[in-house]
Amino acid sequence: MASLKDLRNRIASVRSTQKITKAMKMVAASKLRRAQEAAEAARPFAERMERVIASLGVSLQGQDDAPRLLAGTGKDDTYLIVVATSDRGLCGAFNTNIIRAARGEVARLVASGKTVKILCVGRKAFQVMRRDHKDRIVDAIELSHVKRVSFADAAPIADKVLSLFDAGAFDVCVLYYAAFKSALTQVVTRQQLIPTALPEAGKGNGPDLKGAIYEYEPDEAEIVADLLPRNVRVQVFRALLENAASEQGARMTAMDSATRNAGDMINRLTLTYNRTRQAAITKELIEIISGAEAL
Amino acid sequence: MADKIRFELVSPERLLMSTQADMVVVPGTAGEFGVMAGHVPLVSTIRPGIVEVHDGGSVAKLYVRGGFAEVAADVLTVLAEEAVALADLTAAEVEQTLRNLSEDIADAKDPEAKAKAQAEHDRWKLIREALAA
Repeated sequence: MASLKDLRNRIASVRSTQKITKAMKMVAASKLRRAQEAAEAARPFAERMERVIASLGVSLQGQDDAPRLLAGTGKDDTYLIVVATSDRGLCGAFNTNIIRAARGEVARLVASGKTVKILCVGRKAFQVMRRDHKDRIVDAIELSHVKRVSFADAAPIADKVLSLFDAGAFDVCVLYYAAFKSALTQVVTRQQLIPTALPEAGKGNGPDLKGAIYEYEPDEAEIVADLLPRNVRVQVFRALLENAASEQGARMTAMDSATRNAGDMINRLTLTYNRTRQAAITKELIEIISGAEAL
Repeated sequence: MADKIRFELVSPERLLMSTQADMVVVPGTAGEFGVMAGHVPLVSTIRPGIVEVHDGGSVAKLYVRGGFAEVAADVLTVLAEEAVALADLTAAEVEQTLRNLSEDIADAKDPEAKAKAQAEHDRWKLIREALAA
């Protein structure tokens, strides 16, 4: 049986942990709002980009001279998996979910005889991936110095992917990140970066393009060649923003339940503490009374 | 208001500008072009340069780099990786910024900081060129 002093210390320590988790929850909540705004503000650009590429890409897809970023290299022997996670932990299953999905993909690809290369974005991805796939990691990028993800942070990652592709280091590039749905739900998303994923023909032409015949300047092929690398950058940027919002959402939820757990624990410990104290008092009384009776 | 065109300037980070204008001049890769209401639908890539927004006699100038312009049904959308309003930017200030950045490059201790300052310097150089043109 724990002594009264032990129980008191225990309660104090749980209480201070609770204070920390509560503070973390509130910090995450305010960061979440900002991250969410940033993710939403970035949507128009990505959406318009996608629409134009979709309408151009569909018409170019069948041609022999279609850009390699669109048509691919014609093989799918080597995969580059980009795993985007956070740098910090204490955000529930956020990182675990992304990494589990990515590892599943790696295992599946390796089993079917493909070569797999991994690019880690975020410290957590690297920490886990290097255990099993150390020799497959081509690079690990950390973003811990970045407070707010800006386009300038995403561009180098995308440029890295593009230069690897130009060097013929891989055929297909897949990006893993967590799309932000709400503070409670984040959906691990697999997105194909290279070759550029096009929506089904006919479906991609949004309502804005209905019937409109566009003029292209300089011409379609050149525009697509110019836009495709930009699109990769934008997609990476969007993934990072979604990830940032998801991370804060996941942390908020995790810290909220941690705070509640700590509250329950304090209640339980306080009950034990009071019982133990009462037991000690009763015991002393019995001793006194039985002592007096013996006289 | 029937003869105005809607102009939207979008960067990857946010919607920078959304306004009505009489005419917008866009620096296309194949040459500058003016867009007024009733323009034919068009998609064009852009080169680093200045977008001029003409409205009611006043002209707002913006430096843009990297992206494309899309004209559809009286809406002009410019998607630029980078955009700076030039309204409150004078040649002297740009020169000053460039000088400061040159010093930063000289003072930079590690290669990473140096590369960063150099990139910033190159960026401002382009802005100066655009401003002088």
